[in-house]
Amino acid sequence: MTDAELRIKSIQYRKKLLTYIKKAGAGHTGGDLSCIDILSVLYNRILNVSPETFGDAGRDRYIQSKGHSVEALYVVLADKGFFPESDLETLCRYQSHYVGHPTRKVRGIEHNTGALGHGLAFSTGVALAGKMDGAAYRVYTLLGDGELAEGSNWESLMAAAHYRLDNLVAIVDRNSLQITGRTEEVCDIEPLESKAAAFGWSVRTVDGHHVAALSEQLQATPFRAGTPSMLIAKTIKGKGVSFMENDPKWHHGVPDDAQYEQAQQELSRLLEKAER
Amino acid sequence: MTFKPGTELGRPNLEVFAETLLSLARADRNVVAVTSASRGSGKLVPYAAAVPEQLVEVGIAEQTLVGVAAGLASAGKTVFAVSPASFLTARALEQIKNDVCYSDQPVTLVGISAGVSYGALGSTHHSTHDLAALRALDNLTIVAPADNHEAAEAVRAAAAAAHPVYLRFGKRPLVHLHEPDAQFEVGKAPVVREGADAAFVATGETVCHALEAANELQKQGLYCRVLSMHTIRPLDAEAVLRAARECRALITVEEHSVHGGLGEACAALLMQAGIYVPFKIVGFPDEYMVTGGQLEIFDHYGISAKGLASTAEALLAGDGG
Repeated sequence: MTDAELRIKSIQYRKKLLTYIKKAGAGHTGGDLSCIDILSVLYNRILNVSPETFGDAGRDRYIQSKGHSVEALYVVLADKGFFPESDLETLCRYQSHYVGHPTRKVRGIEHNTGALGHGLAFSTGVALAGKMDGAAYRVYTLLGDGELAEGSNWESLMAAAHYRLDNLVAIVDRNSLQITGRTEEVCDIEPLESKAAAFGWSVRTVDGHHVAALSEQLQATPFRAGTPSMLIAKTIKGKGVSFMENDPKWHHGVPDDAQYEQAQQELSRLLEKAER
Repeated sequence: MTFKPGTELGRPNLEVFAETLLSLARADRNVVAVTSASRGSGKLVPYAAAVPEQLVEVGIAEQTLVGVAAGLASAGKTVFAVSPASFLTARALEQIKNDVCYSDQPVTLVGISAGVSYGALGSTHHSTHDLAALRALDNLTIVAPADNHEAAEAVRAAAAAAHPVYLRFGKRPLVHLHEPDAQFEVGKAPVVREGADAAFVATGETVCHALEAANELQKQGLYCRVLSMHTIRPLDAEAVLRAARECRALITVEEHSVHGGLGEACAALLMQAGIYVPFKIVGFPDEYMVTGGQLEIFDHYGISAKGLASTAEALLAGDGG
């Protein structure tokens, strides 16, 4: 898949996740839009996993620690054929498996998440098992930046470095916003790069909406042999829809009819531009 | 020579756990113990020396202990996450809830030095809440073995289990309650002593005290039944209902708060079955807990031969214990 095709896919994903959030009347819209390019690159270029190989011991694993951005994951998994996209019509409905945070009831999902500060420890365990077994698989986990206030992350950063897990990649969706407001105002996590480096990780920063740059960095892991890798993806919460960008009210905002139309029109224009 | 339960002293269950785990680990490279600087208190130093590549140490970090254990289990390992019960089941409760139970990763959580095993160290180190907290989580088998035989069998059963298990072990040497070849089944409470006056439904390290109480009561012509309710969940409802129907009073005994543990599980069962029998929950009351040795604390709260015998006498005499 070319970079241009990948950019088109990411815009299509944006349109779809808004469609299902609108139908469900629920969703974490802002964070979905900030991490969708990361997921697009992972599932279309990086991860060695498919519906056919999902049960294989040697598959790459993706664990979404920031579970609330599940709509982004659902549309990508549907696109990759893990389940029919029509299943998403039931998003957040009574008795649907497509709930507001990932669960293993949905094919393609590795681990139940939603409470924050859990994915990194779990991923560390999966990566450790890979080292024990001499397996070639890699483990990727997506963390929110607000989520980094959870102390369990820092325990696990230490453990992963201690075990030299260079088969582990943590991607931080650094959109600088959380439910309450700006991350720097809620509880400052900077200097993140040097903090993680001090914990024994190899750290790089990338434009989290630039699919070529994201691909290049994710293909370059481990950044240093014998250390886990952290990729800080600088993103914009609500990216792609003008009035949603950088506004914390879209953390779990659902567009009304007019807003929805405007959002889809904006994305359609981006799509036309990308297709030219 | 016939076996007389409760006469011969065995070893601490923790030692039996560690030995059994080592034998399992030697037979299967996929068996992994995860510790939080707890290998010493978990009696796992010989294990660490024998199979160092099958030990994962995460430091004093219980949340990561449980998360890592779940990750290892998801990748096919047979995982025992070992940490003092007090910290494991409180500090890492959310990891137990989400990463193990909700995600259905077949981790065995091993609460060591459980109950008031760390008696003199104070309430920070006591786990008198764990059964209550864990009983409210879906998808977790809870086992508190009463002697060395139950401990070894429980470890083997947990290793073979397809779903999460919590095991609870203390530090004191325990008397043998069962023949070495006695049948053990998770969810089935063995009758340690028959009787139809009062029934003691006891769990874990309190069972031997209930047995001793029953022996004392026999001297007064009272024949009391003793059940080792090693599995708190799923509860052996049939054994409890039978005891309540066949005996004149029922006393539950646990090294745990009187709230939310074995006693309340039995009470709920009996009430919903419409069985009303003189009933008493023996455990730790709502108060700033006394400290001292485990047996001193037991004695203080009536978990002793003397205390349990007088509770039974009072219940049978109709004054509510």
